[in-house]
Amino acid sequence: MMECGELLKELSGISAITGRENMASEKIAGLFREYCDDVRIDAFYNVIGLKKGCGKNPRSILVTAHYDEIGLIVTGIEDTGFLRFDAAGGVDPKAIGAMEVTVHGKKDLFGVIGAKPPHLIPPEDSGKAVKMEDMRIDIGLDGEEARKLVSIGDMVSFRTVPQKLLNNRIAGKSLDNRSGVAALIEILKELKKLHHEDDVYVVATVQEELGLIGAFSTSYNIKADLAIVIDACHGDMPDCPSDETFPLGKGVAIAVGPILSRKHTKEIIKLAKSENIPYQIDPEAGDTGTEAAAHSVAREGIPVILLSVPTKYMHTAVEMVSVDDVVATGKLAARYIAGRAKD
Amino acid sequence: MFELIKSLTQTYGPSGNEKKVAEKIKNLLKGKVDETRTDAMGNLICVKKGSGKKIMFAAHMDEIGIIVTYIDENGFLRFGNVGGLPQLIIMGQRVRFENGTVGVIWYEENIDNMKNATLEKMYIDIGASSREEAEKMVKVGDMGIFVGETVLQNGKIISKALDDRLGCAILVETALRNVETDNEIYYVFTTQEEVGLRGAKTAAFGIVPDMALALDVCDTGDTPNCKPMSVKMGKGPTVKIKDRSVISHPEVKDRLIRAAEKANIPYQLEVSLYGGTDAGSIHITAGGIPSGGISIPTRFIHDASEMADMNDVENAVRLLCEFIKG
Amino acid sequence: MDAYEILKKLTTLDGVSGEEGPVRDFIMSQIKDHVDDLVVDNMGNLIAYKKGKGRGPKIMLDAHMDEVGLLVTQITCDGLLKFHTIGGIESRVLVGKRVRVGENGVPGIIGYKPIHLQEKNERTGAVDKKRLTIDIGAKDRQQAEDKVEIGDTVAFAYDPVEFGDNKLMAKALDDRVGCAVLIELLKGSYECDVYGCFTVQEEIGLKGAKTASFRVMPNVALILEGTTCYDVPDTKEQSMSTRCGNGPALTVMDRSVIVDRDLLNLIVDIAKSNNIPYQYKQTITGGTNAGRIQVNGTGVKVAAIAVPCRYIHTPVSVMDKNDFENMIRLSKKVLEVLPKAWEEGRLSNSDENRAINLYREQGGIEHV
Repeated sequence: MMECGELLKELSGISAITGRENMASEKIAGLFREYCDDVRIDAFYNVIGLKKGCGKNPRSILVTAHYDEIGLIVTGIEDTGFLRFDAAGGVDPKAIGAMEVTVHGKKDLFGVIGAKPPHLIPPEDSGKAVKMEDMRIDIGLDGEEARKLVSIGDMVSFRTVPQKLLNNRIAGKSLDNRSGVAALIEILKELKKLHHEDDVYVVATVQEELGLIGAFSTSYNIKADLAIVIDACHGDMPDCPSDETFPLGKGVAIAVGPILSRKHTKEIIKLAKSENIPYQIDPEAGDTGTEAAAHSVAREGIPVILLSVPTKYMHTAVEMVSVDDVVATGKLAARYIAGRAKD
Repeated sequence: MFELIKSLTQTYGPSGNEKKVAEKIKNLLKGKVDETRTDAMGNLICVKKGSGKKIMFAAHMDEIGIIVTYIDENGFLRFGNVGGLPQLIIMGQRVRFENGTVGVIWYEENIDNMKNATLEKMYIDIGASSREEAEKMVKVGDMGIFVGETVLQNGKIISKALDDRLGCAILVETALRNVETDNEIYYVFTTQEEVGLRGAKTAAFGIVPDMALALDVCDTGDTPNCKPMSVKMGKGPTVKIKDRSVISHPEVKDRLIRAAEKANIPYQLEVSLYGGTDAGSIHITAGGIPSGGISIPTRFIHDASEMADMNDVENAVRLLCEFIKG
Repeated sequence: MDAYEILKKLTTLDGVSGEEGPVRDFIMSQIKDHVDDLVVDNMGNLIAYKKGKGRGPKIMLDAHMDEVGLLVTQITCDGLLKFHTIGGIESRVLVGKRVRVGENGVPGIIGYKPIHLQEKNERTGAVDKKRLTIDIGAKDRQQAEDKVEIGDTVAFAYDPVEFGDNKLMAKALDDRVGCAVLIELLKGSYECDVYGCFTVQEEIGLKGAKTASFRVMPNVALILEGTTCYDVPDTKEQSMSTRCGNGPALTVMDRSVIVDRDLLNLIVDIAKSNNIPYQYKQTITGGTNAGRIQVNGTGVKVAAIAVPCRYIHTPVSVMDKNDFENMIRLSKKVLEVLPKAWEEGRLSNSDENRAINLYREQGGIEHV
């Protein structure tokens, strides 16, 4: 059993670019196996763990967290060996200049996205952001060698070493939403200690960054009567609206809003209070931008709870979370599942 | 093949009004497939029965066009877009309505910057001199399509509506070649793709295939000073990796590449920065359907003169036949 | 209560997306004696089943219960409420409005800096939604927190007023007017099976209609709406969308849907032969539940009929009583004629039962 901080570091190091999660599905399945009665990988590489309940007529609770990450996709190989690319998922071009990357070609290749030295930038361009179509990945090979190892459509991930920071915080790539995946495992750990009646499906889902695609198939295929989504919300930062960002280390963010089940959300807030699990309220007036939007309208409709881990610097290679918040998220979800009242 | 494409591209079929195209295809495949049906959205579904895998091929029948929203007292028509219309290239184009009425698109001449020439500032002139006269020819809600002759020159085909009658023609031709296989093949001619990949959704729900391919067109990167793109016209049909609507399922993509390499068919890998295809809606239908696509590299998409290479079309048919055998 | 009285009552209730309870409860009380079964699904859609005489297609009638509103996102130290909008509300209509907050309907108002104190650019620029707050009169955060919670929904507090020539002003005419028509329709009896669906969460992305239509798996659906209308001075005729008092508006196309041509033609024929005024909606912006329902299952033949409403998505929308009454007449006639038209093949539908069979195979709930 791995401590949550170590687990987060390990998860952050995994590459699973959105749409090509088959790179990592076995690894995730391996992490689930320790705690589940059954683990399988479906046709879209959603990793589905089942932890059976001990009730006579167990209901099904679906808990999802996406494990895909944003990255880049190779769109062309130039005769000079430089690679052209586009975003896979929402990548901010401003955040990728002078970045180390891994190109997942026939083998993993080290590469670097270069940047023009300030001496060579004409004054009229100095205030402008660089467009993605003007950037290249340098893998240090000529065209012929590059074409042997890389083809159009190969994925590229950011390369970074997770950093342990003050106050039990960790910074690294893909913490949106590997911290959600870590919370899934925290739930499983906690459920081992608790008595729960309902069957629990924990699912690490795919292609969230492309439009909730793994979530659509998951909640259609698993006929759940309650879904809990775990994702990242924005950590607090200067310059950002204070009602849309949440401080790190102050607990799990519980979402309240029109697409979420008011009844179940109230219950889980009450539980957080009585169990003294730190939490914050995350008001969501729209469709939340999370898998909750897919689950709530799946089939005849599934009531949804949305829990989020506050994450700073989202969609960069230095996303930052508090390990304590991840633990709190897992604990709260597990206790809610175990103590869920009969309707 | 050219005659087939010509006949399909010249048939009237803006989104939501695909009946004439469906009728034509139905006749072409009469007796060549085991079952033909139409669903509530107008998708035409032709089945070649088999006991193996259920494979769905989708090509959309609809084309972009315009819809009449208002007729003024002098007989000029105001209109909205059906599908994605690049406003700068529709000026001066001819449109034709289902009953044959032809009109010319022009703009209010007090526009100083053509960038401000939005559709609201354009109108269609059908040569009517009053509202009453116009209403005898066209009604509010009628849809018009662009006029563009189908020509073959230097092995290239130039026409309106290659997007996506080319895909339709490829499916028809593939069905006619009738490859030996155990797999159950669904040739699906979909509706309302141009307005949001709508028809493919209900067609796929009614089939729930094991895998699906969308046959469509994609941009090229081989015209003067264009955006960089590796796909070139004439270098073979593409195996879709990604577009705005989908990242192809890895197994479907690999199966296509294997098929092409086995039969020595030229192909290109496609990452499209713009545009989506039916694959985007099929792969999230029901519990998820692994999907991919084959595209014909096409220049000037959504113009009344789109251009593609006949060799790419022929190779797409060969690739599909090979894919079916699996 | 007659249909018009019911409509007025409906516009006094609060039902911001996600919190449609009060509207649903009232509707249930009005229809329970007229239908064969009633179900509230997980999302909160109210689905009423009315058994027919075994003729014609399975018909879904849709009207959404929800209205646009606000969501409390923060309580400031001064006891003011920050908010986000639920559904499409222009910031310029928010200033100086009366609202009710939360389940208990705590009264509040939306204030703004007086014109005397505005900087020059503030006077001419648009209002920044982020700088508006709701004032419930609280003296500090604690007093506010005793009354409201973050996550409470906020509705406009405006009572209906009849004025001018047959005009009604009210909030939420979009789509309580559809609800009132649907309630009236459910009081009739028909030869085909009818599913009256009062749906939720339309204003935040046509959500309720997705699960309701999945459960019902209809062959044909009529969407009953209140639609945009802007027949006011200085508007070009082609931009008016619809005209108040010219009869119910039929949609050909909008951003969500291209309606079924056969069904639309049938409705036009019915209107003509019964001398019911009608008009086409002349803009193609906006979307309705028709878009969701059409792509449900193996496809649904859809059409949308709407009462033109001026100033929708504000607390002072305006409609003409005649349009409302003509909409009831027209939709009633459509329900009467549909079974025969269907049997005669006027809607050319070749595989009507495929959807429901697939639904069962894939483990759907047997419906109401």
